[in-house]
Amino acid sequence: MNYSGTHSGFTQQANMRLRNSSMDDSDGSQLFENTSGAEVGPQAGYRNQQGGPPPAGSSGHSLLTDPMSNLAMAYGSSLATQGREMMDKNLDRFIPISKLKYYFAVDTLYVGKKLGLLVFPYMHKNWEVSYQQDTPVAPRFDVNAPDLYIPSMGFITYLLVAGLALGTQNRFSPELLGVHASSALVWLVMEVLVVLLSLYLVTVNTDLTTIDLLAFSGYKYVGMIVGVVAGLLFGRTAYYLSLLWCCAAIFVFMIRSLRLKLLSEAAAEGRLVRGARNQLRMYLTMAIAAAQPIFMYWLTYHLVR
Amino acid sequence: MALTLYALIQTAVLCTNALAVLHEERFLSKLGWGVEQGVGGFGDDPGVKAQILNLIRSVRTVMRGYIIPYLCCVLLISLS
Repeated sequence: MNYSGTHSGFTQQANMRLRNSSMDDSDGSQLFENTSGAEVGPQAGYRNQQGGPPPAGSSGHSLLTDPMSNLAMAYGSSLATQGREMMDKNLDRFIPISKLKYYFAVDTLYVGKKLGLLVFPYMHKNWEVSYQQDTPVAPRFDVNAPDLYIPSMGFITYLLVAGLALGTQNRFSPELLGVHASSALVWLVMEVLVVLLSLYLVTVNTDLTTIDLLAFSGYKYVGMIVGVVAGLLFGRTAYYLSLLWCCAAIFVFMIRSLRLKLLSEAAAEGRLVRGARNQLRMYLTMAIAAAQPIFMYWLTYHLVR
Repeated sequence: MALTLYALIQTAVLCTNALAVLHEERFLSKLGWGVEQGVGGFGDDPGVKAQILNLIRSVRTVMRGYIIPYLCCVLLISLS
């Protein structure tokens, strides 16, 4: 069957047939096939204005009677709704969409404060995440809560800035953007997996979820972007200086944020607690924090020549 | 630096394969990492070594349980 014309054309034709079915039932099909306008005046004029969906399509439509086409459309739309509901329900099992929404509940003030904190964390005093009846408060209300908005935006901006940097050195080609994207993504995934593995091995009882770790690993893109942009604007010295500053800032930021989540409470308050387990946890925190500057340098040094 | 996502998947499958075919008697017991040393530390501090041994043993059990999909994956990955 030749369904030429748009979907709206199809429904228009169906409505037309509905409206006129009471009148011209016997020669309805003849009206469609014969577009000369020699039939009953007003309807023919009406039909000729409908000439947009061409007659070749309507001869195919004449096979369907009016109630049948409506029934088919209604059935099709109900099938589509059912399919979408089923897909939503199944997708929620693999990717927790409702939990993801929490990480994107940000506003401009939070983003501004968090960016400032990522570049200058030395004045901030209170690093605790505030809770509200056992669930963490949305990032909009608490600067210390991790979010996924800044990491995802930072990732995309990093790719764009990398393309820009390569373009200024005449080394750009569109495939390189894809190569950079998959490289950075792979390093991110590997870092999160390694951190997860080490957290499992050290048996830390923490409420850090995988998405939290993803958020913390994504915060380094901000420093990388600052470094590369400074390098583009002011040359290599500026790149090294700003990268050094951002590396130190990210190091302090990670240590202060993760200390509260990974270490036991006594050690987190700053008192020196002896014991093999606490020492191991301290080393783990420092290793995670030290990995960030390494990645920041590794992913950007080839962009600034 | 051109590390693709596919390379990551390849690495993961091959590493899991290495863990799965690791023979306990021949290698781990010689190193003092056999299965009897792993379950020793009960209490709230299993220790890193016990966790690693647990991990290796569980990977081996799971992989040997799902042998057919596992073999298909390993074959596909190693052939490309």
